[in-house]
Amino acid sequence: MSMEFLLASGIGFVTACGIYLLLRGRTFPVVLGLSLIGYAVNVFIFLMGRLWTDALPILVGNEAVADPLPQALVLTAIVIGFATTGFVIELALRSRHESGSDHVDGHEPGHAPGYVPSPSANDGHGGRS
Amino acid sequence: MLQAILDFWALHAPVLSVLLPVFTAVLLLLLGDHDGMSAQGGGHATARLRWRRRLALGSTSLGLVMAAGLVWRAASGELMVYELGEWPAPFGIVLVVDRLSALMVLLTTLIAWPVLWYACGGWDTRGRHFHAIFQFQLMGLCGAFLTGDLFNLFVFFEVLLIASYVLLLHGQGRERLRMGVHYVVLNLAASGLFLVGLAMVYATTGTLNMADVALHVASLQGEGRMLFQAAALILLVVFGLKAALVPLYFWLPGTYAAACAPVAALFAIMTKVGVYSIIRMHWVIVGIDAGEASFTAQPWLLPLALMTSVLGVLGALGAHTMGRLVAYLTVSSVGTILAGVGLFTPETLSASLYYTLHSTVVIAGLFLFVELVAAQRGAACDRLQPAAAVREPVLLGVMMLFGAASAAGLPPLPGFIGKLMILESSSGLPAQAWVWTVVLVVGFLTIIGLARAGVVVFWHVQPDANTHDAGRSPHMLGAAASLMVLTVLMAVFASPIKRYTDATAQQLVDKAFYAETILKRQGGVDLRTTLPYDGSRGPFERPEPLVKETE
Repeated sequence: MSMEFLLASGIGFVTACGIYLLLRGRTFPVVLGLSLIGYAVNVFIFLMGRLWTDALPILVGNEAVADPLPQALVLTAIVIGFATTGFVIELALRSRHESGSDHVDGHEPGHAPGYVPSPSANDGHGGRS
Repeated sequence: MLQAILDFWALHAPVLSVLLPVFTAVLLLLLGDHDGMSAQGGGHATARLRWRRRLALGSTSLGLVMAAGLVWRAASGELMVYELGEWPAPFGIVLVVDRLSALMVLLTTLIAWPVLWYACGGWDTRGRHFHAIFQFQLMGLCGAFLTGDLFNLFVFFEVLLIASYVLLLHGQGRERLRMGVHYVVLNLAASGLFLVGLAMVYATTGTLNMADVALHVASLQGEGRMLFQAAALILLVVFGLKAALVPLYFWLPGTYAAACAPVAALFAIMTKVGVYSIIRMHWVIVGIDAGEASFTAQPWLLPLALMTSVLGVLGALGAHTMGRLVAYLTVSSVGTILAGVGLFTPETLSASLYYTLHSTVVIAGLFLFVELVAAQRGAACDRLQPAAAVREPVLLGVMMLFGAASAAGLPPLPGFIGKLMILESSSGLPAQAWVWTVVLVVGFLTIIGLARAGVVVFWHVQPDANTHDAGRSPHMLGAAASLMVLTVLMAVFASPIKRYTDATAQQLVDKAFYAETILKRQGGVDLRTTLPYDGSRGPFERPEPLVKETE
């Protein structure tokens, strides 16, 4: 029971953090949010093979083994998630470069597209939106 | 020799439709695309470009022939099952060609050929590796339509999405990057949800093979059934996002309007991947004969589809550019298609499939024409405001009128036939009043929206403004017109197509045949099936599930 509770609440917490970050206005937190959701989903898939303690990872004789299929699935999901995260980071950098803003809408809130903040205003605390 | 090739094809037909685009893409990558934007310059670069175009067009033509072959074979009622790596069905991944899959693959290649031809008119030189990415996109689409395994469906979804991310950005520019960020983030979030749904399907049924899942669902009860239904509805959200169902369609108009014309035209098939997946999941698996889980999506699908149709056409009325107008028509047509799917009778599904064919082709054609018209209008582009007259008002005007009338559903064009089929097949059902009202009102509003656009673009011209020669290439006009010709052919051959879609719907209803063909070897042995791996944890109690470690 305690293990199930720990994992379920852990997945819930990580997902909640991921969704919060996903809804932020800047591309960097959004990418972090996607990664967190990816982690939560991977553990979730893993859990869908049920929790096994003291079970062998491979088949030996007649003893119980942990369900190997979710492990294969989660490996595929991790690989795909890694590739897409790489792509979205590159895309976010490119968008930042083209539009001069790292806001997901491609321009600073309250300013027309193409507005570039002056260097003095960009003192490292401009990440709020 | 020819016989040997045909025999080889007959043996490996399903997988060849997926492998051909991959190998072409790899060859295209090996051929290199270092010149990119400057390809119109030197002789060496032009020769390479010519080779890339020949290779891409040749491969897509071959793909078209093979897809026609798949339809020809599937039309006889044969269910082709291809076991990848010879792993038998519920344990390994299978490709399954039934009538629906074959039809969707044929539709994909039918759209891809004219679109690729159009792109060869210049778009493929405005960025790098257009042809290679295009082939990867085709691979993802064909794979998603052919696979018989839910997790494999996810993998092919990712393949086609990654290709679509790059294609969407083709040509670059701030607007494309901005919409690209939205599109990619939305789809990545949806992928996470897709995995959650799949994991829950696996947890409750112990398998991911579609035929096997469909078998297990009927016997699910209590908590397991509720969990499975939750999984099915989570998957409905994911597929609804791809198909642009209310309230998940907001990403589509901006994205499609920002993409370059050939890409937007190819993306017309992307929403149909969502529709196809909804049919597979919510028709075949949790639709009919699924025990207590039958018709899980019924309370949601029809109302959402009708709302999509209405909101899409309202968006089309309010659009300020032609690109957005056509993109909103995509949303509206998806609504009409899903209304037929959501009525859950074979007749309405058949009508929906016919309408799917038609609306995909018409919308792809309209995207191409919009760009040609925009190029001839100069600075005004595709904004709906008075501007320079187009250089070829008659040809373009007639073609746009043709596409518009077809999209709106005026007789005798196939849009009319498709909508008529949906209306006819829904008569007598409880939701008839809603479906009839929405389909007819949406058709009327579509006419108004398109008529407004036509009046502004072709009649409301500034006589003194300069006109532009761009977009007069007979090559590109021909490519776009060929899609319109295709819609005419669909109207002419409506009867055989309808017979095929009728048979498709009947085949989807026949779940027993589907399960037997996929899960059973030749001979009268029982269906091979799996058990959920949720048994007791103690050793020595459940030796039998240990055989299913290879999916």
